[in-house]
Amino acid sequence: MNKILLIIKREYLSRVKKKSFILMTILGPILMVGIMIVPIWLSMQKTEKQKVEVIDDSFLFTGLIQEKDIVHFDYPPITIEQARAGFFDTEYDAILWIPKNVLNGGQNGINLFYKKQLSNSAQQHIQYSISKMLYEVMLAKNKVNVNLIKDAKDKSTFTMITTQVDEAGNDKKTNTGLYMGIGLVAAIMIYVFIFMYGVQVMRGVMEEKTSRIVEVILSSVKPFQLMMGKIVGVALVGLTQFLLWVILSATLYGFAAATILKDIDMKQIQAKEEIIKIGENLDFEKMGKNNQPTEIAQLWNDFKSVDMVDILLCFLFYFLAGYLLYSALFAAIGAAVDSEAETNQFMLPITIPLIFAFGIAQTVMQDPQGQLAFWFSMIPLTSPVVMMVRLPFGVPPWEIALSMGLLVLGFLSTTWLAGKIYRTGILMYGKKITWKELGKWLFYKG
Amino acid sequence: MNILSAKNIVKRYATHTAIDDVSLDIPAQSIFGLLGPNGAGKTSLIRIINQITGPDSGEIFFENEKLSPKHVEQIGYLPEERGLYKKMEVGEQALYLAQLKGMKKFEAKKKLKYWFEKFEIDAWWHKKVEELSKGMQQKVQFIVTVLHEPKLLILDEPFSGFDPINANIIKNEILNLKAQGSTILFSTHNMGSVEELCDNIALINRSKKIIDGSVKDIRKQYKSNLFEIEFTGNMMGFTNSLWTFGKLGEYKADGEMCKAQIQLTPGSTANQLLSSVLTAVEIQSFKEIVPSMNDIFIKKVSEQNSIGTQSNFTE
Repeated sequence: MNKILLIIKREYLSRVKKKSFILMTILGPILMVGIMIVPIWLSMQKTEKQKVEVIDDSFLFTGLIQEKDIVHFDYPPITIEQARAGFFDTEYDAILWIPKNVLNGGQNGINLFYKKQLSNSAQQHIQYSISKMLYEVMLAKNKVNVNLIKDAKDKSTFTMITTQVDEAGNDKKTNTGLYMGIGLVAAIMIYVFIFMYGVQVMRGVMEEKTSRIVEVILSSVKPFQLMMGKIVGVALVGLTQFLLWVILSATLYGFAAATILKDIDMKQIQAKEEIIKIGENLDFEKMGKNNQPTEIAQLWNDFKSVDMVDILLCFLFYFLAGYLLYSALFAAIGAAVDSEAETNQFMLPITIPLIFAFGIAQTVMQDPQGQLAFWFSMIPLTSPVVMMVRLPFGVPPWEIALSMGLLVLGFLSTTWLAGKIYRTGILMYGKKITWKELGKWLFYKG
Repeated sequence: MNILSAKNIVKRYATHTAIDDVSLDIPAQSIFGLLGPNGAGKTSLIRIINQITGPDSGEIFFENEKLSPKHVEQIGYLPEERGLYKKMEVGEQALYLAQLKGMKKFEAKKKLKYWFEKFEIDAWWHKKVEELSKGMQQKVQFIVTVLHEPKLLILDEPFSGFDPINANIIKNEILNLKAQGSTILFSTHNMGSVEELCDNIALINRSKKIIDGSVKDIRKQYKSNLFEIEFTGNMMGFTNSLWTFGKLGEYKADGEMCKAQIQLTPGSTANQLLSSVLTAVEIQSFKEIVPSMNDIFIKKVSEQNSIGTQSNFTE
């Protein structure tokens, strides 16, 4: 037992001390938080106010396009030819040209000439503002009450509330999209973790075999101890990395939220106030956007309604048990072959169930309580991935218990099988290994 | 007393029998040579003694106790195919392997220091193994094998890969360890080192033991009463003086100096032969030709192999 601990310690420390591990651990969260934050941060950057000169041949918009913090409009009384001729001597970044016949189907003739590309939001702002104004003008021209339309629109848009009712008669808000998201993220993580660390176990075993240190070690410990020590050591490396990622990501995100993103709430509040101020005005630009804060809040509420603690515990279980099941098989492969090139023929049959489980995840999401979902969340080779997809939708406790029990049985038997192949293969050099040969090894004595 | 006794060991693999009913007795505080051509089953037997694999039948006793995992700490093993973790530091690795053999960390550190200084490699402690030459790595491996002061030291081809200087250092260390009370079991093809070092041997061929015993006895057993006489004088006179005591074999005459091999006739003694030739020529040297282990090895192995082939033919 003491010796297993020694092996675990070596396997763990030798990996954790590696530069690649440290780099991955630091870069991972930076990358993750970066992906989340950079776009938000970029969009919030106070860009220099861009200046647009508006040549409005229709005279419908002169002086009326709404100013914004990022874009300013001037309306010089010149023709488009004049404007374009002197464009490069002016301070303007762009010329917006609205043709005369804009109300009679000429709206596609609206042109923006620029020397420096306008920011995406500035361009969108121009487009929305003009579109909105055109819409209002059109309606007014036909004597339609704008408020009526706005009212109708407001009263006909809705988001359906879905509620799950449990046995005790309590209501539980559900959000299918969110569940899919959680399930998918968990399934991807389990899939990646099993692959990444399973292959690490295989490489480690091969390293011991090809460097021929294995015979020295086996004169001190049993092959099974060496194999289990490696598997557990690598599992701890995986857990460490995962934990560090969570902690680092949370810290980084917290830090970012406290500094860079502090302004964003302010902005949202401002946006809300603006809407109130604009009041009855049908605001196209904000139609889409003003729902966002409430949507986020709603999502957050739904998120809190999911039993995250249970899911996290199950995740850790399936994460570890799935890894144990597969890594034993990976260890057996590493022991059976002499070189990386030979691993392919054995890797494929092992990875197929894992890839398959991932492949049917989509179908499982559509019908999380169906036959397919049920059976593949019971079979140990696929259950870690498939069960994680099902879990957020709610799975009866007996099914979870059965699936977990089967998975434990599964990894005990793969470890037992792998141990037999391992102890023969690890001392076998220069022999081309076939499946038949592996089968024979299962029946060798000690 | 025997430190290790193997009784009727059999090990079978799917298609062949690696060890067929082999028994060995290794006396304590001696050097025991396990000889045999490639593929004879030496490594299989050594692995069984190290409890890396188990025999299909037969038993092994360590100091009269049935061999069990607790004996691992009293055995040191240097395999023929040996290696170290390439990316690990030398000192750290030696400590790890010593701890696996059951040593305490501080104790292992102290002893490692002693050995590293003795082999003049203390500067390598923090070097990675991949930075070391093959010979340097072998020194480290040797140290790791003997560090826990095992009662039984098993060395599989210990001299392969060493240059003559390092091989000599290792040879002296082996003798040293024997003097301090260790028993050494080593397998080798190098017959010169067998005669020099071994007290006892066992020769294994085609999974079976074909000879065992002390080196002295075996050589005595295989000697054939062949003598070599160097003399100055007349060759013809010398031949005549042999009488019936011996038969002239190969000879070489270089002017006055002659060297001749004489096969003693059965029933005669070396003294009779010597006193008879004394009167005819001037003797420079007189010695019995004892077969070397190398000769015995080749003779026995090829004998058995040709019998094997013949029986295959008749089948």
